[in-house]
Amino acid sequence: MATETKTIRPQESPATRFWNWLTETQVWKSVFRHERPNTDRNRVLVMLSNIFLHLHPVRIRKSGVKLRYTWCMGGLSFFLFLSLTFTGLLLMFYYRPTLEYAYNDIVGLREHVPLGIMREMHRWGAHAMVITVWLHMFRVFMTGSYKPPREFNWSVGVIMLVLTLLLSFTGYLLPWDQLAIWAITVGSNMARATPFLGHEGPGAALLALGDVKLIHAADDARFALLGGTFVGEGALLRFYVLHCVGLPLGIAVLMAVHFWRVRKDGGISGPM
Amino acid sequence: MDFIKGIFNAVADPRVYFLLMVLALVGLVWKRESIASNAFGYGALGVFTLFFALGGLDPNFRLIITKPDNVPIVGLIFLLVFFVWYSMKQAVVNDRRIAKGEGPEEAAESDRVWVWPDLVYTELISLIVCSIVLIVWSIVLKAPLEQPANRAVTPNPSKAPWYFLGLQEMLVYFDPWLAGVVLPGLIIVGLIAIPYIDTNKKGNGYYTFNERKVEITLFLFGFVVLWCSLIVLGTFLRGPNWNFFGPFEYWDLHKLEALTNVNLSEYFWVRALGQPLPTNYFLRELPGIVLVLLYVGALPVLLSKKLFKTYVDKLGAPRYYVTVFLFLMMMALPIKMLLRWIFNLKYIVGIPEIFFNI
Ligand code: HEM
Repeated sequence: MATETKTIRPQESPATRFWNWLTETQVWKSVFRHERPNTDRNRVLVMLSNIFLHLHPVRIRKSGVKLRYTWCMGGLSFFLFLSLTFTGLLLMFYYRPTLEYAYNDIVGLREHVPLGIMREMHRWGAHAMVITVWLHMFRVFMTGSYKPPREFNWSVGVIMLVLTLLLSFTGYLLPWDQLAIWAITVGSNMARATPFLGHEGPGAALLALGDVKLIHAADDARFALLGGTFVGEGALLRFYVLHCVGLPLGIAVLMAVHFWRVRKDGGISGPM
Repeated sequence: MDFIKGIFNAVADPRVYFLLMVLALVGLVWKRESIASNAFGYGALGVFTLFFALGGLDPNFRLIITKPDNVPIVGLIFLLVFFVWYSMKQAVVNDRRIAKGEGPEEAAESDRVWVWPDLVYTELISLIVCSIVLIVWSIVLKAPLEQPANRAVTPNPSKAPWYFLGLQEMLVYFDPWLAGVVLPGLIIVGLIAIPYIDTNKKGNGYYTFNERKVEITLFLFGFVVLWCSLIVLGTFLRGPNWNFFGPFEYWDLHKLEALTNVNLSEYFWVRALGQPLPTNYFLRELPGIVLVLLYVGALPVLLSKKLFKTYVDKLGAPRYYVTVFLFLMMMALPIKMLLRWIFNLKYIVGIPEIFFNI
C-alpha cells in the first residue's frame, strides 16, 4: 500500500505531506472554513470568511496590486501603526507618567531590559509612519485618486494625517528629557497666540467683561493643552492619556472608515 | 575642499536655498521629458549619495546629520527625491501614451486579478521587508535620551519636533498667531478642500502631468518646496538663536546676525512722508491694513477679471473664491520672504499692542 501511494504522488516532500495532513484536521477546519485557496472558488471563500482578509475585495484591478502604482505607502502606514500599537503596549508596562518616574523609567528601559529595542522600534517607527503617511498622500494626489467618488476618503485621510502628527507630538514629551520638554514648549507656545483664545493672541483682549479679562495665561488655549501654564506635571499626564488612549482610538476608528471607504468607493482607483 | 564647502555653505543661505528649490521645481516641470529617464534618476541618486558620503567626512556636517532624530530626515530627502522623480516619470510615460491615443498604462492593466494570492503576498512581503528595516534601524541607532528635563536650562537652539520645523521656520517671517495657528489651520482646511475645488475630471486614477498641469505644480510647490524643503532647512541649517549655519559650518553660539528689519509704517510715515509715526496705532498701521485688505479682498476680484478669468468660468464663483483665497494664503509665505530679503521688511501691519502683527 505504501509504495502505491508513493507512485501516485512521488514529488511530495514531507513538508507538503505534513501541510496536507494539517489542513485536513478537525482543529484546522474549525478555524478555516474553506479548502486551501488553490481554486477560484476557494480564493473567494478565503477572502470572504476571514475577518482580517475581508477588508480586501476578492478581485482587484491589476494596477492596484502593483507597487509601481500605490508604492504600498498606505499599507505601510497601517502596518507601522499596528507595530507602534504593539511596541507601545510593551513600553506601557515599564513607563509611569509622573515627574518622579518618567525619566528614570526610560533610563531603566535602556539599561536594564535585555536586548531592549522596543523604545527604538517605537521611536523610529513613529518617524517612519509620519514619512509614509506623507508619501501616501503624495501618491494619492499624483494619481488624482482624491477625485470623485473618493473626495470624502481624502478628507478622512487628512484628519488621520493630523492625528498622526499629534500622536508623534504627544509621544515626544514622554521621555521627559531636555529634548522632550523644550520641543513641546516650543510647539505648545504657539497656542498662546491663538486668535481670541490665546492670552497673547490678537483679539483676546476683546474678550473681557468690563475690566475683567476672560482670557489669561491660566485659562487660554495653551492652558487647555498643557493643563498648566508651562510644560509640567499636568502636561505630562495629558499628553500621556492622549498618546496612549485618546488619539490611537480616534485614528483607529478613522482607519476603519478609511479602509471601508476604499472598498465602497470602488477599490483602489484606476482609469475609468 | 574648504573652497567647495564654502560654496555649499553659501548656497545653503536661506535666500539662495529657497530660490534653488523653486528653480528645481521649475526645472522638474519644464524639463520633465528629459528628467523622466532612468539615467537621470540613477544620476540624481548618485549625486545625493555622494554628497552625503563626502559631506560625512566633515565633522560639523556629520554632527548634524547623525543626530538620531535627524536621521529620518536624511531618509526623507532620499525618499522624497525618489518619489517625486518616480511619479513624474510615470506621468511622462503615460502622457506619451495618451498622446499616441493608447491610454495610460493603468488602463492596460485594468483587468482584475485575484487578491489571494496576488495582493496578499505583496502585502506580506512588504510587511516583512518593512519589519527588517525597522529592526535593523533600531539595533544600529539608539533612541536619544538627553539630560533630565530642567526648566531652568533652555537649550539653544530649542527646536520643535522635526515635522513641525517648517512651521518653526515660518516664525522667522510671521508671528506665532499666523505661523503657528492660522496658517497651519489653513493648510489642513486647504488639503481637505482639494477634492471639492478641483473640478478637473481628467487624471483620475492614473499618473499624468499634461492633464493636470496647474494642480500638480501647485501641489508640488506647497508640499515639496514650502513644507518639506523648509523642514530640511529648519533641521540642518538653523542653529543657535535660529541663526543660519551652512551645512559645513560650526554652530557658533555667538554668531551675530544684524537685525535691521523695518516696519511698513516706518517706511510709509517716516521715510516716505518725512513725518513722525502717528500715535494712534490704527492710523499708524493704516497703510499696511489697506494693503492686506487689498490682498485678501480686492485681489481675488481683480484676478477674476483678467488673469484667472478662465478659472472663474471653469470653477464657478464660490469655488473660485475659495481656491484663490487658499492660493493667496499659500503665497503669503514666499511673498513675505521676498519682502524681508529685499526690503528688510519686518511687519506689514505691526500692532504689538494687541498682538496683531502681519
Ligand atoms: C494614518 C494614515 C493612513 C493609512 C493607514 C492609510 C491607509 C490606506 C490604504 C491601505 C489605502 C489603500 C491603497 C494604498 O495603499 O495606497 C488607502 C487609500 C487611500 N488613502 Fe489612505 N491612509 C492613511 C492616510 C491618508 C491620507 C493622509 C490621505 C490623504 C490626504 C489618504 C487618502 C487616501 C485615498 C483618497 C485613498 C484611495 C486611493 C485609491 O483608491 O487609489 N490616506 N489608504
